[in-house]
Amino acid sequence: MATVIPPQSKKAKRLAQQEREVDLIPADLPNVLIKFQASDSGENLGNSIRVPGGITEAQLEQLLNQLLGESDEPVPYSFSLLKDNTKGDLVDIKDNLYNSVLKPEIKTTEDVLTLVYTPRAIFKVRPVTRSSASIAGHGSTILCTQFAPHTSSLMVTGAGDSTARIWDCDTSTPKHILQGHTNWVLCVQWCPNGEVIATGSMDNTIRLWDQKGKAIGDALRGHGKWITSLAWEPLHLVKPGNAPRLASASKDGSVKIWDTASRTVLMTLNGHLSSVSCVKWGGEGFIYSGSHDKTIRVWDARDGKCVNILKSHAHWVNHLSLSTDYALRRGAFDHTGVAPASPEEAQKKALALYEKVAKVNGKIEERLISASDDFTMYLWSPLKTTKPVLRMTGHQKLVNHVQFSPDGRYIVSASFDNSIKLWDGRTGTFISTFRGHVAAVYQTAWSSDCRLLVSCSKDTTLKVWDVKTRKLSVDLPGHQDEVYSVDWSNDGKRVASGGKDKHVRLWTH
Amino acid sequence: MPQNEYIEQHIKQHGRRLDHEERQRKRIAREGHKIAKDAQNLKGWRGKQFAQKRYKEKVAMKKKIRAHQESKVKGPSEPVENNDEALPTYLLDRQQTNTAKAISSSIKQKRLEKADKFSVPLPKVRGISEEEMFKVIKTGSKKSKAWKRMITKHTFVGEGFTRRPVKMERIIRPSALRQKKANVTHPELGVTVFLPILSVKKNPQSPMYTQMGVLTKGTIIEVNVSELGMVTAGGKVVWGKYAQITNEPDRDGCVNAVLLV
Repeated sequence: MATVIPPQSKKAKRLAQQEREVDLIPADLPNVLIKFQASDSGENLGNSIRVPGGITEAQLEQLLNQLLGESDEPVPYSFSLLKDNTKGDLVDIKDNLYNSVLKPEIKTTEDVLTLVYTPRAIFKVRPVTRSSASIAGHGSTILCTQFAPHTSSLMVTGAGDSTARIWDCDTSTPKHILQGHTNWVLCVQWCPNGEVIATGSMDNTIRLWDQKGKAIGDALRGHGKWITSLAWEPLHLVKPGNAPRLASASKDGSVKIWDTASRTVLMTLNGHLSSVSCVKWGGEGFIYSGSHDKTIRVWDARDGKCVNILKSHAHWVNHLSLSTDYALRRGAFDHTGVAPASPEEAQKKALALYEKVAKVNGKIEERLISASDDFTMYLWSPLKTTKPVLRMTGHQKLVNHVQFSPDGRYIVSASFDNSIKLWDGRTGTFISTFRGHVAAVYQTAWSSDCRLLVSCSKDTTLKVWDVKTRKLSVDLPGHQDEVYSVDWSNDGKRVASGGKDKHVRLWTH
Repeated sequence: MPQNEYIEQHIKQHGRRLDHEERQRKRIAREGHKIAKDAQNLKGWRGKQFAQKRYKEKVAMKKKIRAHQESKVKGPSEPVENNDEALPTYLLDRQQTNTAKAISSSIKQKRLEKADKFSVPLPKVRGISEEEMFKVIKTGSKKSKAWKRMITKHTFVGEGFTRRPVKMERIIRPSALRQKKANVTHPELGVTVFLPILSVKKNPQSPMYTQMGVLTKGTIIEVNVSELGMVTAGGKVVWGKYAQITNEPDRDGCVNAVLLV
């Protein structure tokens, strides 16, 4: 007997009967005048050009590549319309000009349309779809994960069994065990030059290790309580030949800056009244620290003075993110992972990579986003003003993690209300909500081309989200218990995650 | 509000008596005297029970005092043997709500082993006759009618149940024998959690007893495991789970059950 298909629901029938809008471009659409403008330098490209009103994104891309003389090696671009020259409001152009600008009547065919173009990543990261390895080894919960900045074959994890481990991701085997801490390893941070790993622990100390897993000297002692967060000095601020400095935040309310070569405390930044939850070292030589005393402090890294205090939050500040975070973490390595020949060249390249992300309209602009227990986030422009740019509301429980996308155009926030929200990275306006997790979302990680992001949650799954379609791309079950930490490698090949089930999992396409 | 919570209802409507706090304070103040008197005077079984309870209290108190003293001692820190679960920094200062979370991972392990789904821990039960289950209640002014029955076993009655009018009600489920929660044991871990009962799935004695929600040994009940934070392999929250009653509730006054995994 054949299976009878169940009848359609009433709602589905009603939807099928309704009139649908058809995305047709009218045949009598006149030509329009457009002008191209670069998003980073703000310069105009040539004079205005007359193009058909229904020009598509692909055609615009082709035209721009021809104008720039790059037609043999075309670069993908995304376009947005400059609505108002003075305010700088942007409207993204999706599929074609008619549907995104002329049909909603943002501009008429009489106006000259200024199109701002931003280069997209040339390479494309494919979504991870399967678990390529589940590696046992840690004796307790895995608390933190990070890939090396230069290669996706090395990854470090810290765990509750007082060790950190370096894994070889090509063969998915353990490589080195970093033993020395006497309590949980809470945070690991790989130096942007790829040579040193710093680990912070529950036993109030920080330890440094080289790539081969050998300890560099003894522990760095000085904090009175456990280490909550670590941040390396950006590579372009380090003089060639010097070792980058390290900032550490602790539960005892202080931030310390360490000289990693002589292994001494250079400065102690006191001022926070409670536990410091997150520290970030900005590309302009400022250190940002968020604390449970509801404030964010901006410190000058040269003399250790508190420059600004950003007050607006009504509860603990949980996490901070800079628009240049990703660039600073990568240092001098781009997605190919080719090492620069000399320290001078490395510094130059790191500076170039940093400025590519940091420059908006020809000026360096570093934006900061802070997530808090008061369910909101604030967007700051700390180099300009102590007033927040925007208060971002919408989450219904505390926001645990925020992150700028690698190009700084998007912000993603993960909250304990099971949702992930996507925001505009320049203005802070709300874009979309990703729902799908059934328990608190702990962390997120961006792919280096900004097209995808992965989130880890208490509900034991990882989920890959597509930023363009704003939908769930892949669901990744596999962990046996809560997933505490996730990271996406620089070249986009792998995702690593770890959590309560003591297994490190690697995910690939 | 359920039908039989008349004391709570009265308190809500009229409040406590005016000297309630005063009486409470005095009772607490005299507690030491009462304990001393009981310790001297209680004899036999009750005396043993009292001594056992008192012993446990004193052990707990001494442990607490020692913990407080240890926290004040200064000195070099030794490597800590932390038995409890490690937590990432962002969860360190937060209160953890889930208690028996350890169960969850073990259940998934168990599922991997693909245990036989249809076997239950107690395959056979003793038959219960109707005479044992029901007590005949005589009604009518001359007590000549005998159509009313009262269940002599413990029962589960769903939330918001209201009794029928007296002359219609054929079967009475006494409110003193109603159970809302069960002590559910996880067979692998030996962890026992006090969980709310959702429904009675099958009473092996008779389908009629299933309908009436009678709790006897061997009955399959559904319990609410949401507070354990269990998640399926696909990442969905597990809400209800089946358990089998292992004791005779009318002998013990409580329901003990074992989770079917």
